[in-house]
Parts: sequence; C-alpha cells; structure tokens
Amino acid sequence: MEKTWNNKAWFMVLPVLVLVAFSAVIPLMTVVNYSVQDTFGNNEFFWAGTDWFIQVLQSDRFWDALTRNLIFSAIILTIEIPLGILIALNMPKQGLGVPVCLVLMSLPLLIPWNVVGTIWQVFGRVDIGLLGYTLDAIGIPYNYVNNVFDAWVTLIVMDIWHWTSLVVLLCYAGLVSIPDAYYQAAKIDGASRWAVFRYIQLPKMKRVLLIAFLLRFMDSFMIYTEPFVVTGGGPGNATTFLSIDLVKTAIGQFDLGPAAALSIIYFLIILLLSWIFYTVMTTSDAQK
Amino acid sequence: MARINLDHIRHAYGPNPKSPSDYSLKEVHHEWNDGGAYALLGPSGCGKTTLLNIISGLLQPSEGKILFDGRDVTNLSTQDRNIAQVFQFPVIYDTMTVYDNLAFPLRNRHVPEAEVDRRVTEILEMIGLSDRAKKRAQGLTADQKQKISLGRGLVRSDVSAILFDEPLTVIDPHMKWVLRSQLKRLHKQFGFTMVYVTHDQTEALTFADKVVVMYDGQIVQIGTPAELFEKPKHTFVGYFIGSPGMNVLPAKIDGSTVDLEGQKVALSFAPKIAAGAKTELGIRPEFVRLGREGMPVAISKVEDIGRQKIVRASFANRPIAIIVHEDGEIPAEPKITFDPNAINIYADSWRVADSLLVGGEA
Repeated sequence: MEKTWNNKAWFMVLPVLVLVAFSAVIPLMTVVNYSVQDTFGNNEFFWAGTDWFIQVLQSDRFWDALTRNLIFSAIILTIEIPLGILIALNMPKQGLGVPVCLVLMSLPLLIPWNVVGTIWQVFGRVDIGLLGYTLDAIGIPYNYVNNVFDAWVTLIVMDIWHWTSLVVLLCYAGLVSIPDAYYQAAKIDGASRWAVFRYIQLPKMKRVLLIAFLLRFMDSFMIYTEPFVVTGGGPGNATTFLSIDLVKTAIGQFDLGPAAALSIIYFLIILLLSWIFYTVMTTSDAQK
Repeated sequence: MARINLDHIRHAYGPNPKSPSDYSLKEVHHEWNDGGAYALLGPSGCGKTTLLNIISGLLQPSEGKILFDGRDVTNLSTQDRNIAQVFQFPVIYDTMTVYDNLAFPLRNRHVPEAEVDRRVTEILEMIGLSDRAKKRAQGLTADQKQKISLGRGLVRSDVSAILFDEPLTVIDPHMKWVLRSQLKRLHKQFGFTMVYVTHDQTEALTFADKVVVMYDGQIVQIGTPAELFEKPKHTFVGYFIGSPGMNVLPAKIDGSTVDLEGQKVALSFAPKIAAGAKTELGIRPEFVRLGREGMPVAISKVEDIGRQKIVRASFANRPIAIIVHEDGEIPAEPKITFDPNAINIYADSWRVADSLLVGGEA
C-alpha cells in the first residue's frame, strides 16, 4: 500500500509538544537565559557570557558539594544494591508471605520524602528520639546536630531505610520471572547455591539491576528534601549537597546568575554520569 | 547406568489425598531395566512429567520407594542420584559460552579438565554446534538452545539414567528426526538407561524398545510397539496408538459370538466376561476389509493420504474408520468384514485375554 506523506501528524503530537514546551523546555531555556546574563534589578539584563560558569567552576563551595554528593551516592549504592539483592533472594516465592513481604517492602516508598526526613529528624534526637535517646542511654555518644560523622551516618541509614525497598522490589520482580525449569536444570547439573546465583539469578536480574542502579544514582545525586529536613546541610556545610547549595544560592542569596549556571552544570553532570553508567553496563552485556 | 525400580509409587500434589482422584499419579509399580530405552507416552496431564520428576528426585513421591540397582534413593537429592534430565523448553546459562554450558555439569562434579574437553568436543560435534563453541549461548535460536540443553543431558558419561521430558517439542521436524536417530545411536553405543516422555506416538515408537502408555495417572500398558499395535490392553491404547486409532464398538457377547447392533461376528474363542461389565469390540482400521460381502456400511467420506485411503463410514450407527490401499476399489454397495485374528474384546475398557490358557489378566 502507498504511504501517504503529509504534515497532518503534527496536529496529533502538537498537544504533547506544547505541554513539554511549557513544562520543560521553556523553564530550562529561562535557566539558560539567566546563566549568561547579569541583572541589578529593574528588569535590566546585561550580557555576562560564561562568567557565571567560570565563577561556579572555580569556587571551592561547588567542588566540595560535588565531592560530598559523589561520596554519598557511592556509599548508598554499595550498600543498597547488594542488600536489596540479598533481601530479594530471601523473600518467599509463594504463599501468604508474599503479600505480607511486598506490603512491608512498599511501606517506606509510600511515605512522602519530607515526612521521612521528619521521622528521622525526630527519631535521632537525643532528647526525645527513640534512637538518639537509646544510644545516649547505653553510652554511645551520638548527636547528628553537631557531629559530622553522626550526621552522615544518619543520612545514609535513612536513605537505606527509605530506598533499599525499591531495589528489593525490582530484583524480586526479576527473580520471580525465572521459570522453575532453570532451577530444576541447575539441580540436575549439580550446581552449587553460588553457581545458581551467579549463572541463573544474577543474569536474569541484570536488566532490573541496571534500572535500580540508575534510579538510585540519579535520586541520591539529586537528594535534597531529607538532608534539608534532618540536618539543614549542617553541621557547618558537612551535609550540604549540590541541591542544597543550589537552593541556598538561588533563594537564600538570590544570586540567579550563578544559581542558573550551577543548575546547568548539575544537570549536565547527572546526564553525563547516567549516560556513562548506562553505556558501560549495556556494552559489557553485548561483549563476546 | 542403573536398573530403576518404582515400588508402589503414588503422588498427590495437594495435601492429605483421600480418594484415588486426588492422586496425579496412581499406583505405579514397575522396573526399568538397566540400559533400556523406554518411551513414556500419553496425553497431556496424564502424569508423565510427574513420574519423570519423581525418578530424577525433583519431586518426592507421596508414597512408595524408588530403588536404583536395589539401593533405596527415595530420600536422596537430585544431585546424589546422578541423573541427567532434559526439559521440554530450553534451559541455557545465558552468560556462558556454548562450550561452558556443556562443560557446566562436568565442572560442577570436578571432572578433570582434559576429560571435560574431550566430552564437550564430542557432544559439540554431535549437536552440530562446534563452530559456535566460543560464542555466548544467549544469541542462539530456540532449537540451537534446545540442542545445548540436550547436550548437557548427554555430556556426563556415568549417569544412572537420562530422562527426556518432551525434548524435541521446539525443534523443527527435520532436525527432530536427525536428533532422534542420534539419541538412538548413543543409546546403542553407551547403553544408557533412557526414559523419553512424549505425547507423539511416532517419536515414542521409533525411539523406544518398550513403550509405556500412561492414561489418567496410571500405566495402562507396557509393551513393544508391535504389542501396542496388535493387542492394546486398554481401549485408550487402541485409540491413542495408530492413525487413525482403533475402532471401538459397543458389543454384546454371547459365548463366542459378538452382537453389534444386530450384526453378528464369530470369534475364534469364547471370552470370559464378568457379569454386568460394559463390553466392546476393538478392531484397527487396518484390519477392516472393505468389499462386496459381509456387513453393510454407509460411507460418509474418503480421505486420500497418499499410499492409503482412509474411509470414514457409519456401521451399526457408529462411526468406523477403514484403511484401504491407494488403488483399492470402493464398491457401490460397500460391506465389511473383520480379520478374525485382529479382533480384541474389552470388558470395562480392559482387554479380555483371547487365549484360555492365560488367566483373565484384565
């Protein structure tokens, strides 16, 4: 059959294009606009070129926050991914335990982020929080308000509590899709428990693990709400991540130019790292 | 290689089975000879796979014992039983190469690497995948994957038995034939005890020395292909084996005369039948003679299948199939006779022995 070529199709996609333009393209372009201009009020703008970008990239504040972000992401990924796999492997495959486990696992994911932050903020307080009070009572000095190490531990444990479930659920979905015949064949072939994991379960989970890894990386790299609620970026700047720094610059100091430049740099870093992870993980798959 | 005894095996998937219908596998009591090639034939859901999984140890029978060479292995795990099994759908280890896939069962058992290489190379040759040995198994087609599964079943030389669970379902017809003959050759060469589950009668009859026909959770007949064809023990066997299956006609039996809705057929013997039993006469389409003499039939359809014609007709208000040679004529007023030696009599679906010397084994 002859294919008809005309431009009518554009009318079909037009609503979506308009929607995307208003929700993503226009705000992003506004940010680009701010990042290359300077203003002293009065709605007067002056061309600033790459000045803001250079200023951001030369500031210690930016590099410190970026380093904190990378360390935080690295720590939670190294803990959450293996822990998630481990829990998923031990979840029941049938019976009453399945819905119970699934509901328990989903609970942390259903709690709004600022509520999670509030829960842990209270939980860790030495005066009224169960965790803080207990640790204090058994003689372990703990105070996330003025101790850098304690603040980090609190944020990491909170993130693990909040997000490991996501990894678990994704891995579990991968695991239950493995047909029984694979396990039976492995028994016939005399495979050890480790070999079953290494050659059957892990390969079948690889795709969902890739997604889990990317989601967890992006989310943790953009983390804002929970540390903002718990530590407010402190003590000092010890838990000031890029996002918190960005908000301080943009809304606290109202330096729109540097904030816009920082936003773009931040966005490009996430894009670049996600692309690198994705490419590395998918090409290692295609090799041989 | 081993002799396998199934000692009063029964299996139910649900807990607390009470009536016989709760059992997926009704009592099976049977011995598989060392080095025999058996086909387990039956329709889907008749318990073939259950029986196979019980032998391999993937399933624990609810009742009964399994013995390998006289040793009780009922409570041993699959690994300890040293069984190879090939499944219906391909199971391959995606991340490994074809070679490593085949080497996997050997390496798990710490076979020396030189021996592994020798065996794997041999199997690769047999399944025709030598040129892909170093490639990843992931990108292969379904039938290549199944050949790997088959190869993994055959790679160990010391197994007690090799079990095949409809292994050629996903293989294309030409390759099916090739692989089946290779299996048969391997069997002759190494004398493995082989049990081959299938619902395809051609596959069963060409592969096995002895065919075990299962129906509704029990073994209805064990015999050579010829026995199954000539003396089906159960009407199901008659119907299931052969194409088209045996004609089974309700019959009244009086001494050595059979009454088929008024048409009388004389038997060469007088079957002993318990009172009140449902009696039937079974005759294969191959042994019904179409001609100008005998009992009248009404022909409804003639199917030409090349070397033969299948005549579908109505006899004594019952459909009947008759096989006629390709150039055999079909008379205008067709009548049929039965080959007296090919008549089987059934009481409550079980065959009544035709010799008086043999007890009523039904």
